Parts: sequence; C-alpha cells; structure tokens
Amino acid sequence: MEILEILLSASFWAAVVRIASPLIFATMGELICERAGVLNLGIEGIMVVGAFAGWMAVYTGTDLWTGVAVAAVAGMAFGALHGVLTVVFGLSQHVVGLGVTLFATSSTYFAYRLALPEVTSPPRIAPFEPLALPVLSDIPILGPALFAQTPLTYLAFGVVGVVAWVLYRTPLGLALRAAGENPAAVAAQGLSVTGLRMGAVIAGSGLMAVGGAFLTMSAFSSFFFEMVNGRGWICIALVVFGAWRPGKALLGALLFAAFDAFQIRLQQTAIGEGLPYQLFLMLPFALSILALVVMSRRASVPAALMMPWRKGER
Amino acid sequence: MAPATAAPVVLRLEGITKRFGTLTANDAVSLSLGAGEVVALLGENGAGKTTLMNILFGHYSADEGVVEVGGLPLPPGAPRAAIAAGVGMVHQHFTLAENLSVVDNILIGTEPLWRLRAGRGAARARIAALSRDFGLAVDPEAVVASLSVGERQRVEILKALYRDARILVLDEPTAVLTPQEAEALFATLRRMVAQGLSVIFISHKLHEVMALASRVVVLRQGRIAGEVAVADTTPAALAALMVGAAPAPAQIAPAPAGPARLRLRGVTTPNEGARPGLRGIDLTLAGGQITGLAGVSGNGQGAIAALISGLARPEAGSIEIDGREAGRGWSARAALDAGIARIPEDRHGTGSIADLSLTENAILERFTRPPFSRRGWLDRGAARRFAEGLIARHDVRCPGPDARIRLLSGGNMQKLILGRALSGDPGVILANQPVRGLDVGAIGFVHAELLAARARGAAILLISEDLDEIMGLADVIHVISAGRLSPGFARGTKTAAELGVWMAGGGFADAA
Amino acid sequence: MRLEPIAAPSLWRLAGLPAAALAATVLAGSLLALIAGADPLATLGLVVKGAVGSRFALLETLNRATPLIFTGLAVAVAFRARLWNIGAEAQLYLGAVATVAIGTAGLGLPAAVVLPMMAGGAVIAGALALLVPALLKTRMGVDEVVTTLLFNFIAILFVSYLIEGPMKDPMGMGWPKSERLPDPLRLPRMIEGVRLHWGFGLAVVLAVGVWIVQTRTTLGLAMRAVGENARAAAFAGIPVNRVIAQTALISGGLAALAGFSEVAGLKGALTRDLSPGFGYTGIIVAMLAALHPLGVVVAGIFVAGVFVGADSMSRAADVPSYIADIMLATALLTMVLALMLTRYRIRRD
Repeated sequence: MEILEILLSASFWAAVVRIASPLIFATMGELICERAGVLNLGIEGIMVVGAFAGWMAVYTGTDLWTGVAVAAVAGMAFGALHGVLTVVFGLSQHVVGLGVTLFATSSTYFAYRLALPEVTSPPRIAPFEPLALPVLSDIPILGPALFAQTPLTYLAFGVVGVVAWVLYRTPLGLALRAAGENPAAVAAQGLSVTGLRMGAVIAGSGLMAVGGAFLTMSAFSSFFFEMVNGRGWICIALVVFGAWRPGKALLGALLFAAFDAFQIRLQQTAIGEGLPYQLFLMLPFALSILALVVMSRRASVPAALMMPWRKGER
Repeated sequence: MAPATAAPVVLRLEGITKRFGTLTANDAVSLSLGAGEVVALLGENGAGKTTLMNILFGHYSADEGVVEVGGLPLPPGAPRAAIAAGVGMVHQHFTLAENLSVVDNILIGTEPLWRLRAGRGAARARIAALSRDFGLAVDPEAVVASLSVGERQRVEILKALYRDARILVLDEPTAVLTPQEAEALFATLRRMVAQGLSVIFISHKLHEVMALASRVVVLRQGRIAGEVAVADTTPAALAALMVGAAPAPAQIAPAPAGPARLRLRGVTTPNEGARPGLRGIDLTLAGGQITGLAGVSGNGQGAIAALISGLARPEAGSIEIDGREAGRGWSARAALDAGIARIPEDRHGTGSIADLSLTENAILERFTRPPFSRRGWLDRGAARRFAEGLIARHDVRCPGPDARIRLLSGGNMQKLILGRALSGDPGVILANQPVRGLDVGAIGFVHAELLAARARGAAILLISEDLDEIMGLADVIHVISAGRLSPGFARGTKTAAELGVWMAGGGFADAA
Repeated sequence: MRLEPIAAPSLWRLAGLPAAALAATVLAGSLLALIAGADPLATLGLVVKGAVGSRFALLETLNRATPLIFTGLAVAVAFRARLWNIGAEAQLYLGAVATVAIGTAGLGLPAAVVLPMMAGGAVIAGALALLVPALLKTRMGVDEVVTTLLFNFIAILFVSYLIEGPMKDPMGMGWPKSERLPDPLRLPRMIEGVRLHWGFGLAVVLAVGVWIVQTRTTLGLAMRAVGENARAAAFAGIPVNRVIAQTALISGGLAALAGFSEVAGLKGALTRDLSPGFGYTGIIVAMLAALHPLGVVVAGIFVAGVFVGADSMSRAADVPSYIADIMLATALLTMVLALMLTRYRIRRD
C-alpha cells in the first residue's frame, strides 16, 4: 500500500524529474561526444567543475544564468583539453578521460580550498526557484511534477529536443554522425574530422558541466566534495541504454531517476527500515550495470567510437 | 609523343613530385585530360598511381608541381577546393558510412554545416534524376550496410555527380565487380563521357584499359614510363611499359589430384549482415593441387576462410581433414594442430601484431609448444634461432629479429607470414588474397612458394578476386556467388567470361 | 598535421620526452604555488623535503608507496592485455574484507599459517571481483571500463554495510570499523626498529615476478599479443577469452593485496577510509611506468612521495595539498603524450 502511495504522489514524480535533470544534461553531452566517435570519460570530473564554477560565480555576485554560462565555459575548457589529447593526438580515450576527470576534480578542490580557506561548511547561494507554468502546473499529479520545476529543468528537456534536431535534421548533425561512423567518409568530402570531433567534445563537455551546475544551482544550494558521486559514470551507462539516441536516453534518465526517487522513499517505509541503507544506495549503480548487460547485444554503437582518426591511415 | 587532343584541356598535372621519407612516390609526373576523354592510368601496385590521384584530390600536397583544373591552379592539400573545382573521386576502398542511408551518405558535406534544416526532399529528387540519367540504380533510403558492393560503388559515383563533378577519378573500380557488373559500369562511364565529363581510370588490368580508354598513361616506379593512344598500342606493348619488360607467361605443368586432404560437406553458415552465409557447400581440396576460389569479394569467401582457419564452426555440415571429422572443439588451435597453414587476407590486422617483434610474430602460432615453451617458460633462444632461420630462408629484409614488425614493408611482412605458415610442412594451405598490394617481386616469391608446396603434395586453396591470378595458378577452379559454390572446373576448361557468368550467379541450379 | 611512425627513435626522444613530461609536472606545481600566493621554489622544496628529506619522511613515502605498487601492478598487467581494469579500488576493499574476515575468525592456528591464508583469501576475493566484469566483457560484450567503475561504488557501500553491521567492532565505541587483527597476525617490519612493514617487500618481489611472467613465460607473450591485437592473436590460435580471464585473475589478485597489505601491515582494521583512492592512483602509477612492472616500483615511490611531500608542505605553507593530485594528473596526461611522441613524429602535410 505504501508503495502505491509513493507512486501516486505528485512529490514523487516531481522528484523524478528533478533527479533526472542533471543526468539529462550530462547524458546529452556524452551522447554528442560518442556520436562523433569520442568516449569522454572526463565526464565525472567535468561535472565537478561545472558544479563548482557555476556556484562560485553566483557566490561572487553574478546572476544565476551567468553562473550557468560560466559553468558551461569551464566545462568546455576541460573538454578542449580532452579533445586535443584524444582527437588531435589520438591518445587512448580511456586513459585521457580518466586523467581529465582526475585533473578536473583536483583542480576544483584546489580552487575551492584557495577560495574558501577557512570555512568548515560551504556557503549557500540563492538557487534557481521553481517556476510554475500557468495552467499546465494545475494538472493534478502531472502538473506539479512536470510544470513546477526550476528553469534549468525546462532547459534540460529543451536540450534533448535541440540535440535530436541537430543530429537528425541538420547538415552539421549528419557530419557529426558520419564522423562517428566512418571518419574517412567525412574527410573524403573535405570536411575536417578533427574539427567536428573537437567541436563535439567541447560542446558535449559544456553540457556535462551544466549538468554538474544543476546540482549546486538548482537541486542544492551549495558545493560539497563528492557531490557528483558517480553520476558521470551512470550517464555513460545511460547513453548505452539509450542506444545512442537522444529520445531513448531521455527515457533512460527518467526511468533511472524514478528508481532512485523510489528507493529514497522506500527507505523511509517499514520495508525500507528492515534493510541496510547501503543496499538502497547501491541500487543506482547495480541498475546501471544491469542496463549495460541487457543492452549489450544491441549493435547500434557508433562504428568508429574510440577509434582515433589519423589522416592518411586507414 | 603525347597525342594532341582536340577537346579543350580540363585538367593538367605539371611536374608533380612527392616524396615520403626516402621514397619518391611521384617523380616529375605530368598529365593532361581533355573534356569528354577517358585516360587510363596504368601501372603496377606501388607505381605511384594512388599517390598521384591523392595529390590531385588534395589529400596530399605535392612537394613540387602544380595542379590546374579548367586552367586555374588548385590550392594544394585542400580536398574541398578540388571538389568545388569539379573533381570527384571513387576510392578503391569506399568511403561510406555503413549505418547511414544512401541519401545521408551523398549529402555529407554538400550543404553549409550551420543550416538549420537539411534539404533532403530536394536532394532525393536530384539523386533520382542522376540515377536515371546515368543508369545508376540504387534505393536512396536504403542503409548502406544492406547494399551489395556494386551498389555501393554506384553510391560513390552518385556522390561525385551530386557534387557536379566534371572530372571523375576511379581507382581500380573493377577490382570488386563481376565482369558483368564491370560492363555495366563501363556503360555508365560512356554515358558520362558522351555528356562531356572526363574520366581518369586507374587500373592494372590491360583488357579493361583497352576497352574503355582513349589514351593510356603508364607509370613505373613513380615516373611516366610512356603515354600512348589506345588505337596505337597492344596489350603486350602496355605490359612491357608497365613492368619494363614483357613477362613470360608462367607455364605451369598440370598436376594430378592427390588424396583428398580437406573436405567441406554440406557446410552452412549464418548470414553476416548483408553478406550471405554459405548455403550447403561441398568442397574438396586434393593434395598436390592448387584449388582456386574465384568470386566477387563478400560472397562467402570470408566464411570459407574462417571455417578452414578454425575461426568459425559450421552451422550445419562438417569439416574433414585427412578423413577425420573436425568435432565441436574446432578452433584456430585445432586447425593449426591439424596441419593447416593459413595466410590471412589482412596481413596487418590479422596476420601480424604490429608492435611485437619479428621473433614474437614468427613463433605466434606455436609458442605454447616445445621447443619454444618448456612447462610454460618461453625459450627465447629457440625463438630467436627460429626467427633468424625464417628471415634467412625467405629473404625478409628487416633491421633484425628484435625489430617491431610494423617497420617492415608489405612484401617483407608477407614473406615472414608465409614462412611462418609453411615452416611446419603443412598438408593444407589456405592462401587468402596472398599477393594483394604486393610489388612484382614479392608476388613472384609468394607464387613460387605456393607452387613449391604444391610440388611437395600440399593441398592449397587460393582465394583471390583477381581472376587472372586464379586462372594462371589453379588446377581446379570453383566460383563462389551469394554463398553457393560452383562445381570444380579443371584448368583451361572455362574462359574468363564463362567464369564471370558464374560469379554473377548464373549457372547455379537455383539461379533466380 | 599527421603522425608518422619512427623506425628507430633516438635516445633523445626516448629519454628527453618523458623528462619533458616530468618537467611539465614540476612547472604545473610551480604555477599552482604561485596561484596560491606562495613562493614556487620554496613550496616545491618543502614537497621534496616532506617526501625524502628525513628518515621518517622517506619511510612514510615507502609505506605510502606500498599499496600504490600493488594497484599499479594490477593496472599495468591488465592494461597490457588491454583489459581496462578501473576497479582496483573495489578489488582492494574486497581483499581487505577477506583479510579481516580470516584474520579475526579466531582459527587458533599459528600466524605462519594464518597470514598466508589471509593473503590468499584476499587474492581470491580480488581475482573474483575482476573476473565478473571480465566475463561480462568476453561473454556479453559489456564494456569493462564502466562496469569496473560502477563496481567501485558498490564495493565501498558493501564495506560500509559490513563495518556497520556484521563485521562491526563491538569494542569500537560505535565507530564504523571492523575488529582489529590480533597482533601476531600483523605483517612484521622488514628491519627491526624501522617503520616499514613486509608489505613493501612483497610488493617489490611481486613486481619482479610480474616482470618475469611478462617477458619469460608463454602466458606473458599471450597477454601481450592479446593486448596489442586480439584479432591476430585469435587467428594465431591463442585462446583470447581465456587469456583475458587469466589476466583478470592476476590483476584483481594484485590489487587485492594492496588491501591485505594496508590492513595487515599498517591499519590493523577495516574502515571506510582505508584507501584514499589508491585504486585510481594505481592508473597513474602504471601509466607513468609505461606499464613496465619494474617501472611501477619507481613510479609508485615517486607518486607516494608527491602525496606525502604535499601533505607535509601544506601543513607548513598555505598551499592546499590537492596540488599533489593536480601535479599527478598533469604527469599522467603529459606522460601519455610524451610516450606516444617517442614513437611518432609530427608532420605537417
């Protein structure tokens, strides 16, 4: 009965959408990179950078939207680093990605300590407030869940539409997808594979950073160490789960968020109190592994993913 | 000696020189092309044809020389400029994205990237019109992965035409086609020429050059060895220009069939994407003979090679070696233990490991056995001696047995792989495209080794897309088409045209 | 721009480029010190002094290097076979769990028997922990990078559950930690009176062992062949999936020994902060060593020195100790680039 109550409450569905939002940004970012042929394992660190940069900008006096832009630019800078090493020099995308995550995370912590040397608990900012859309937010259950979110959440859903449109409806998207399928086909038409992939990695990294910024500027109101806590890795699993398609990845993020919101609520019920809380915390990670296993047989992976492109080589 | 062409010159290459390190791939090469003309660029592998065309197309920039299209110089190293000037290229290896549709593949790079909407509707109409005008039938919405090789080539040509190419360069376009498909291609090219387009046709097949071109430019070792009008020459004269001296056609004495060493009985394999699996084929390899497997690439040669190599097991049917059936444990290891030598199609990707040493590559198929392994320990001395022996016997030019095999030329790499495969005096030899991409000297070496193994009584399966090679070497010829195998034809009993009918799927009982 | 393979790299390239990578690392450290408003030379001096400036500092560095050598070896072995084991952290913790479980079981056997059992139990736990992602990779085609990463989080939550539940120390005053190992079951010191336990000795011995396996055995050649080109290895009759599974067992076991050594040699009990990311740092160690097992020992000591030195420096100067992580990330990225450039030359065309 308690389970049914959870599922029928508006607050549950609102939480689902809220939990999904940062994942949607970062998953779209990773999806763009992978569609162009680059696995970006820098995602976890770039989300940390975004979370910190956006929050810090607002803390030092900029308005919220400028903060989002600062986060995106910071993420793009680390994306550029990743791109130069993996795309221009063709280094191992695994090693570089992990290196970028480490570099981004430690740089953030270093900057945090420098900026706030004395504090024991991080200061708070005034985050994005929920923006109830007139009429729509009055729909029972669905209204408060979908249409009384912060502007960043609406932006997340908008981003999915834009990414899908660009990938499937524009010449740029076609070139990006082709770069991830067969870079030689792109180069033969006189387009720059390096340029396309660099652009994808930089733009994608910007989105990942905005995903991180959502945590400090919308979900919470301050920055904590470890606050990204594996979300980046989960987004990589979500891209696979979504078969590299924006719409399916969005569904995956929502499904994942639903499980997460559900387990949080289940912990507080009689069922939940009988079980160790760690079991619930494990669920998102276990679920991601399960999703990877279930989707493993699908052959929709971009054919040139993780293959460095070097001119003159086949 | 260059015959003057009446038509206006649309393309001029003047004094092109390109060096790669110490190798001079093109040495002061000059070439001109008139409107509505087909010029054949003839030459052995490694003569510099592909390099020259890559310079024309802007993939490389020349060290010296100029490229002029329509009287205007082309900036070096700029493929987009070449495309804009109306040069289109159909590469030997297609540059198509397999998981995208035909329209998508044609559209890549044709529109400004930052447009908000791709104009697919108009594009589809134009593609349909071009297909109709030039006889290039293909479904624009089909995913490339589902197309046959011939259809893919049509997509490549459509790609060039869609970009308003006035000069079309085709690099070895018939290598992947049946003789009949090649005829259809020639018909398309003639239509294009009739409409005033110009064609550069790269080939090493003399009869095609004679059939299609009006003028032939022969390249040898990076230099122009001669330029003649087709009307004024003969295939023999062209061959002499190509290799420097007319090669004596090899006289191979026919050999009687020895005992059957390897048999495939009723073998079926599943389809792989667009590539058909084998459909219940029977094949017997007799000792002391070379069995040739002819056919257009992608018709099941890969499946047969994988079966015999031990990389795959039949879905139905059986493999027998010397009368013993290969059971469930059939594997690459089992194939090696059964005395099957394998020369793989892709010597870089499958035949060797680029960053391991020559020694390690040499023992790769047998290092888990004595004398190289003693209770799991590697005997490095024995390995080195073995590699040194191979290098000496097969004249492998290399810095030494400890050098990475990446540093070897294709021919030397193939010599090492061949030596590795043949060193156990195998009873069965699978040679899959053993001379593709090699120079004349290396080709001769490989063929001599195969003939020597034949004389020792080995059963050899030679898979090749080059019908001339098969007809020259094989004692028995089978043709494979869409996963079906023709009966074996004894040497000299079928002409190339007759084999071509089988390659295109005619002759089979279920021909549809 | 084009990259062209170099047939015989000059000594200048082979030595100079990695040296340049290390110089870039030092430069990064100086810049960070400047940003933090400190004197770069003095800061780096403090780091060096804190790492190797005294007997105490040096021993501290070697102690810190011990788990890093184990995880570095684990990564080096796996990456050589192109098995992307990013899960050394999980394997370390599971090894520690096995160590504590066996050590506190009260078996009543002599230490000379129980200690090897603890080590063996840890190896088995870690080996199995990596076998699962390896099998998912070979059987189902699931990318092991993401699975091993995700397993790290699960393993740490599992440890957290154990030390708050079944393995909680009844004498722990409510702290989430396991029971302590009895004193006889602690790893002895290598030299009497010197604070360096035998875990370090074991790590060095195993580095030599891994090197021998890689260069002198058929398994080693098979592992390298599979890593360099799995398709060609399969063609040559090498059972690729079996070699990957064997690699996983070795790699997972090595990482687990880091957990064994930390618990039995240093900490004595299992806590949630047993490893400050030794598993991830093992990747840096392995890459700095260019995956060479003997190099891992040197790189492990270097990386440990940077950490220990930076900790000590940040107590004296106002520069956050995260400077160590940034320098090491810089070292990792520049070294990967440098190692590539020892084999390829950049050409304009």
